[in-house]
Amino acid sequence: MTARARLEVDPIACDARGLCAELLPELVTLDDWGYPIVHDHDVPAGLEGLAAEAVRLCPTLALRLERRRVVRSQPVAHSSAGRP
Amino acid sequence: MNAASTGLSELTYPALRDSVGLPRLLPDRAAGGPATYFEHLARHGQLPGCGRDLRRRRQLIETVEQAGLTGRGGAGFPTAKKLAAVAAERRRPFVIANGTEGEPASAKDKVLMAREPHLVLDGAVVAAEMIGARRAVIVVHQAVREIVDAAAAERRSAAADRVQIEIVTAADGFVAGEASAVVHWVADSVATPTRTPPRLSERGLDDRPTLVQNVETLAHLALIARHGAPWFRGIGTLAEPGSTLVTLTGAVRRPGVHEVEIGMPLAAMLDLAGGASAPPAALLIGGYFGTWVEWDAVAGLPFSVAGLASLGARPGAGLVAALPIDACGLVETARVTRYLAQESAGQCGPCVFGLDSIACELGALAGGRDFDLSKLRRWLGQVDGRGACNHPDGVVRMVRSALDLFSPEIDQHTMGWCSGTRASSVLPVPPRPGRSP
Repeated sequence: MTARARLEVDPIACDARGLCAELLPELVTLDDWGYPIVHDHDVPAGLEGLAAEAVRLCPTLALRLERRRVVRSQPVAHSSAGRP
Repeated sequence: MNAASTGLSELTYPALRDSVGLPRLLPDRAAGGPATYFEHLARHGQLPGCGRDLRRRRQLIETVEQAGLTGRGGAGFPTAKKLAAVAAERRRPFVIANGTEGEPASAKDKVLMAREPHLVLDGAVVAAEMIGARRAVIVVHQAVREIVDAAAAERRSAAADRVQIEIVTAADGFVAGEASAVVHWVADSVATPTRTPPRLSERGLDDRPTLVQNVETLAHLALIARHGAPWFRGIGTLAEPGSTLVTLTGAVRRPGVHEVEIGMPLAAMLDLAGGASAPPAALLIGGYFGTWVEWDAVAGLPFSVAGLASLGARPGAGLVAALPIDACGLVETARVTRYLAQESAGQCGPCVFGLDSIACELGALAGGRDFDLSKLRRWLGQVDGRGACNHPDGVVRMVRSALDLFSPEIDQHTMGWCSGTRASSVLPVPPRPGRSP
């Protein structure tokens, strides 16, 4: 069984630039405030190239493709300036 | 939040008399104030430890599994599973006892720590021994900080524990009690949730496996370690054994914290608080992330996950608020939603902007101004599940249940009148000094 790539948005890193929705309208649309909603996390084989492109182009590195087991990435950096 | 705003001093303690073996966590004591270490030992006996005996550790975790203890912080996750997950990690783990209790209407964790600090400390110590941790951090609401400090000092002078206990005052704010926010607070003094995965059981404090447990859960753990699984299962339901602490508030004669057997009918629970002070129209069950349910539908149901499932509600962290018939559920919901929107950690766009939009629309609805119900419902759908933590999901859950239950009131508000006649509000919302709305 091969692991399908899953498209995930890090909601903390995301800044609503919207490139992902332009590149992958099949999988991503924007909510009323411009933030991406991933409708189908499982990326079909035919869209893997475009998905990888979207991940590369995300200005805040919020979009990623995750394979099966979650990579033990560094926790997202936070600053107290994020609080309202 | 200061001590006065927690309402701690006004809380009545349960009348204690029960044939079912209650109270367990909150015994009636002649003397006021917290139980001393001596009183605690006289009542409960020595805490059995397991030191470095791996076989004994496994046995204790097995006992917890047989007891069927679940987390009392709101999510209800099986405690033994969490213990086993952290114990299975190779690196030396930490224990964090979570007594943050950021929910403004809830007081059960504060009351527990104010009265039985040693039961919670016992639980943190035995949990640490079960998973091989040498250090336990107790995160406490500032209202009870001094009490817990004194209790820890008593234990140090008695050389009671092999585990190092460290006490940290909890951060203010609704989201500060979320497990990853608690770790973030202890590690970096920033009380915002962090994105998971990795799970805290794999990488939490100082990147080490971390067991975050609610303080009430730990108190139950301390008793299970002493008395075993069959004792714990002696009350409660087969599927949900034991007792649980509840905060009863709103339109009840004596708001306060009580220990109840899981599965107790809601109407009987309200009697513990002296009964309803005005005929109840509805209950908000499970706190501000909870569910509004009609009083007539819920009064006879058992307070348990299974008992409340038919109404789409769940016990959560044990908060039950009674809405009197002279209050408007929409007005209450709008006020709480505005508060919850302000309490967003400010990290995720859908939470920051979505909850604000939802609160504005609800405010218009509650105030009898123009509003758009279909827009409100669309926003609820867009915000659900879109944050790093479950803050937006919890708000959506509560608001959806309000829109369902109070649909007659929505019609009334559309026509320009409101059924609420009382001047004071029912659900408490703390002021947030220094923060603009």
